[in-house]
Amino acid sequence: MGDTKELETARTLEAIASEKYKYGFVTDIEAESVPPGLSEDVIRLISAKKGEPDWLLEWRLKAYRHWLTMTEPTWAFIHYPPIDYQQIVYYSAPKKKGDGPKSLEEVDPQLLETYAKLGIPLNEQKALAGVAVDAVFDSVSVATTFRETLAKEGIVFCSFSEAVKTHPELVRKYLGSVVPYSDNYFATLNSAVFSDGSFCYIPKGIRCPMELSTYFRINAAQTGQFERTLIVADEGATVSYLEGCTAPMRDENQLHAAVVELVAMDNATIKYSTIQNWYPGDEEGKGGIYNFVTKRGKCAGHHSHISWTQVETGSAITWKYPSCILLGDHSVGEFYSVAMVNHFQQADTGTKMIHIGKDTSSTIVSKGISAGRGQNSYRGQVKILPGADHARNFTQCDSLLIGDKCGAHTFPYIEVKNPTAHMEHEATTSKVGEDQLFYLNQRGIDDENALSMIVNGFCKQVFRELPMEFAVEATKLLSISLEGSVG
Amino acid sequence: MSLIEIKNLHVNIEGKQILKGLNLAINPGEVHSIMGPNGSGKSTLAQVIAGNTAFEVTEGDVLLEGESLLGLSADERAVKGVFMAFQYPVEIPGVSNMIFLKAAVNAVRAARGLEELDAMDFLALVKQKITLVEMDEGLLKRSVNEGFSGGEKKRNEVFQLALLEPRFAVLDETDSGLDIDALRIVAAGVNAMRAKDRGFLVITHYQRLLNYIVPDFVHVLVDGRIVESGDKSLALHLEDKGYADWLQTEPQPASAR
Repeated sequence: MGDTKELETARTLEAIASEKYKYGFVTDIEAESVPPGLSEDVIRLISAKKGEPDWLLEWRLKAYRHWLTMTEPTWAFIHYPPIDYQQIVYYSAPKKKGDGPKSLEEVDPQLLETYAKLGIPLNEQKALAGVAVDAVFDSVSVATTFRETLAKEGIVFCSFSEAVKTHPELVRKYLGSVVPYSDNYFATLNSAVFSDGSFCYIPKGIRCPMELSTYFRINAAQTGQFERTLIVADEGATVSYLEGCTAPMRDENQLHAAVVELVAMDNATIKYSTIQNWYPGDEEGKGGIYNFVTKRGKCAGHHSHISWTQVETGSAITWKYPSCILLGDHSVGEFYSVAMVNHFQQADTGTKMIHIGKDTSSTIVSKGISAGRGQNSYRGQVKILPGADHARNFTQCDSLLIGDKCGAHTFPYIEVKNPTAHMEHEATTSKVGEDQLFYLNQRGIDDENALSMIVNGFCKQVFRELPMEFAVEATKLLSISLEGSVG
Repeated sequence: MSLIEIKNLHVNIEGKQILKGLNLAINPGEVHSIMGPNGSGKSTLAQVIAGNTAFEVTEGDVLLEGESLLGLSADERAVKGVFMAFQYPVEIPGVSNMIFLKAAVNAVRAARGLEELDAMDFLALVKQKITLVEMDEGLLKRSVNEGFSGGEKKRNEVFQLALLEPRFAVLDETDSGLDIDALRIVAAGVNAMRAKDRGFLVITHYQRLLNYIVPDFVHVLVDGRIVESGDKSLALHLEDKGYADWLQTEPQPASAR
């Protein structure tokens, strides 16, 4: 096709990819913050504010001392100026009136309003039927809905801080059991300073009757968010968990370094879905969240099953590799991912599947979409250890390019130490075809809808893994992220 | 007024001139056929009418009911009632044919000031129109054209013609790659769509198609110009003699009709 058409396509793509980030507002709420900077004193202060037991403070300090000996990793295909860790505020919380809310009725109306504006009503009557939400605002959890309903089944779903007080034995047993405090630079930093997050325990044989969800919101300026989520599904338990994230539009970059640990015992199933929509920065690449996250699940028991589904459309930089350690025999790990970059966004994301048990199997489906000057990398490791007889892996990674200034990269690592393993790897790269756009245009469908249709078609395999309401949300989000990328 | 009027059309692609002053007028209710050797500009004409911007119009105009189409994008032309059945229908992985068709029908309806069809009404419309092309309903659930056989793709094109009810349709070598049964079915679908307020331009290499879709006029396109026009008997003559008459001598510009 001619240059004219290419230019036109580029222009339409740009137009579609440029819709404004609609979650970019700031809530004007009085906050209680510690001064910027990191030291043992700051860690002691955070721990004291949360009234933590000594063992937890010791664990934090151990992590901090270890972190001081580490260097920031440079192997990912991302570029950013050095982060000054002494400029970051490590704790910020909306100021509480008195002892803090005991029930939803006592939550600051301004916070309720903020979440309502984000489309996350915390009022149980108005809430999405069948979804319980833990709302995390900057460093703390501000509300958790449907707790009583869940408690009837023996399910614990609360903020991490609360779990430390009410279920210390569970937290102590599982904290760091999947992502040890010494794991990697960002996870170790998180271990030292994590402020809150969600905790969830599903007892033996219980199928969680509703979707559990955490909604993360960064509000305060210059603040890093370091939450920690721990989900344990006991024998035969089943849970589906959703995570959503947004942040205000700010010119400076903000750091988000979270850790998520999942533990699945015998015959347990955990399905973890993420819709990540942190502020991506503006069209010139100014501002946006650095999303450096460690997510890992341990299939500890036989026939356990962990499935990660992620839709990553936000953040200036995404660095995350939700992984599965397939320890139990016959355990199953899955990773379904859509990562979209536009403008100057960078994503280096993928997964690790570590096969240890016999007859373990894993599936990886990664769909990367690059528009504008975005750079998108899939990085995945599949490791079959000597004892993992008859392990199977299927990997498919597809990249879609919109325009000619973006990039897509694939870095697969495969390590097989057992001759009975069965591995499949497929990879494709395609461009949104002008012929496809023209075909849809010729049927009356305009550029914007045509592009969104093509991209959604490309992502279908992943979207169908999402719970229904979130699949709709993901489709919408993708259209918004695409804005300004057609011409 | 003519439904479609093409005036002195000159078209380049990548600097090469393909159409060199083409004139053609089609009235409502008429079926015109364009025949011509490879490289004469038949498909270029179809693409230009449909609004493919890879082609550059350097001179002349294309009018739909007296209004120039050249300033309009492909989707704007489509909702005004210009339809092209593609010679090579495009595959769109992951997009169900049904969702695509519904979006197309509703885009066209919106432009005509009609209400959007909901899923139930759309399904009823589909069930009614799909019989015209004897298309397998299973194809509706598949991704657009993905893994369709040549015949299935062409039926899907004519099915879209039936759903969208355009004012004017160009069929670009719809007969290519069809066996005789499929050809008959596709032609029957087109014939069912013939109407006194609708015009057709049927582009083909072979006279065979014109036994089934009988044109009112036949034009011979050679080297970017229409060199001869006549009734359906001209097609039979071409089948017999080929294009040798026009290819040997420098063609003279001639206007159609």
